[in-house]
Amino acid sequence: MALLEVRDLTTHFSTDDGVVRAVDGVSFEVEKGKTLAIVGESGSGKSVTCLTIMGLNTGKVQTSGEALFDGTDLILLPKRELREYRGKRISMIFQDPMTSLNPVHSIGRQLREAVTLHEGATKAQANSRALEMLRAVRIPRAETRLDDYPHQFSGGMRQRVMIAMALINNPDLLIADEPTTALDVTTQAQILRLMNELQRDFGSAIILITHDLGVVAETADDVLVMYAAKPAEQGACDDVFYRPHHPYTWGLMRSLPHLTAVGAELNPIPGTPPSLLNPPSGCRFHVRCPYAMEICRTVEPPLEPAPGDSHHLAACHLEEAVKQREAEQIVSEMMADTA
Amino acid sequence: MIRYIFRRLLWAIVLFLAVTIVTYVIFYLIPVDPARLAAGRNPTPQEVKNVAHYLGTDKPVYYQYGLFLKRLVIDHSLGYSFANRQSVNSAIFAAAPVTISLVLGGAILWMFIALPVGIYSALHPRSRLDRVAMASVLVGISAHPVWIGLMLSYIFGFRLELFPIQGYCNLKGSIAGQSCGGPIDWLYHMVLPWLTFAVLYAAFYVRMIRTNVMETLNEDYVRTARAKGASEIRVMVQHVIRNAMLPVVTMLGMDIAIALGGAVLTETVFGLPGLGKLAITGISTFDLPIIVGTVVFASVMVISFNLLVDILYAWVDPRIRLA
Repeated sequence: MALLEVRDLTTHFSTDDGVVRAVDGVSFEVEKGKTLAIVGESGSGKSVTCLTIMGLNTGKVQTSGEALFDGTDLILLPKRELREYRGKRISMIFQDPMTSLNPVHSIGRQLREAVTLHEGATKAQANSRALEMLRAVRIPRAETRLDDYPHQFSGGMRQRVMIAMALINNPDLLIADEPTTALDVTTQAQILRLMNELQRDFGSAIILITHDLGVVAETADDVLVMYAAKPAEQGACDDVFYRPHHPYTWGLMRSLPHLTAVGAELNPIPGTPPSLLNPPSGCRFHVRCPYAMEICRTVEPPLEPAPGDSHHLAACHLEEAVKQREAEQIVSEMMADTA
Repeated sequence: MIRYIFRRLLWAIVLFLAVTIVTYVIFYLIPVDPARLAAGRNPTPQEVKNVAHYLGTDKPVYYQYGLFLKRLVIDHSLGYSFANRQSVNSAIFAAAPVTISLVLGGAILWMFIALPVGIYSALHPRSRLDRVAMASVLVGISAHPVWIGLMLSYIFGFRLELFPIQGYCNLKGSIAGQSCGGPIDWLYHMVLPWLTFAVLYAAFYVRMIRTNVMETLNEDYVRTARAKGASEIRVMVQHVIRNAMLPVVTMLGMDIAIALGGAVLTETVFGLPGLGKLAITGISTFDLPIIVGTVVFASVMVISFNLLVDILYAWVDPRIRLA
């Protein structure tokens, strides 16, 4: 059985302007010790999916579906019991390390809090655990830094502290919500490598939310591509990368900058993500899709397995032959690019 | 830290000189001769001259100001009233406890009201209590303190006869010329003035606390605390309130300091012989030493509370480095 099984998850927010369908029927599984990447543009529902699993949404929320963690449905769990999972068995790190730590508490205090919330540890025990974790995330001179405050750390160092705090109770699942987006490129690589190493050492499963396909290719076992609150394509990382089946995935792959092709232009997906207050009819991507057909405007495509691979799902009306052809074309372009 | 305080004290002295000089200059721009007022009814020019010489007002302004500084620094004296030759020091020391009772008691009361209401409103926006609180905030902000004071004395003092509407009783027992004294009489007489203050300021503070708590609740580190598994109460106490209180501490320090300089209107309505009353009396009789005395007291209060707030702030918020 998978560590986390999410079935048909929906999250709707009631706002003054109407109901925002931030997540609209998402299913996926995360195996023990594996990494699932959730990919999509801003506002596609990646973060809300994870916040829903953690029960961390604020505002007027309606949630349905189930999120079975080790057999327990987190969605139905009372708040008090859910708190025992948070930070202990499921941890989360966030996009912006500059604002994710409390500015008026020392790093040591915030790390100790994560321990003592779940275990009856003494201050000294919690402190040595905190120190051990700061060393594990390679904060230089960790023993001198426990009494320092967040503003005395750089962005990359703060994200290391966040990772230390998330892993301090050795969780089964780590949710990383764009952990490197706010960092500069060299720091991004360091943080990703650190996360990979810690995953190996601690054996945690990871849900990595990102919009960087490069990161996905390097770290993920499985991929879920989300568009406008719905899954567009999902499957094993290799399948999605080598046989992409959805025009949105093609668009994401084409929009990667080419480092080798001098003078090549960026190929962004035209248009902007739709409003989730009033999403387009039919396939939600049809407005921006260069392959859109008449049926795409009216009928929503079901999420169906690709022929011969029951775990590789895509929601698109295009004929199989067209998908095959386009996928081969894009993959060969990408190969030529990296060769 | 020590260097910071030292530098702040130097600035305080500059500020103090500026404030007192301005007070002297303004006083001498008013076309009134304090000697004539002090010389009694229908004085001869010679009598006025003698009185002016006695009071020192026949000397140039800078000489008088220098004399004031010399007295203050060497004798620690603010001089003597023009009107009744009473020592200004003793006048201030008699009036200060009244104002301090009024302001500190009022501040405690308004914070006791504003903190729970503000936090509750922030946690339950648009709830019934929030709406009621926001409506009373509007009343508190719009109403004039004199009107609030008079309404309270009319309702609770005159109609319901629950509390006295005038006067002050010494906290430490009765002093000469007073019929009452002791903590109970003191409290009894202060209830309505405190309420007036509370209605006036609680309104501002409810709003400010509500806004700050709501903003802080949206901070990423609050979500981090929840993600760690902290209970809502723990999140509020450990992570929200301390951060949300930072701006409130600043405001509170400034408001208390300014009010300590003389809560003129409230003191007048309830006949409290505080610093505001003293200043008003001084101004209406052109009694320069009394006016300067109250100005000195007020500016010392503002300056020292400012310093206190800054030090407190640095203690609460490690990002502030006093340097």
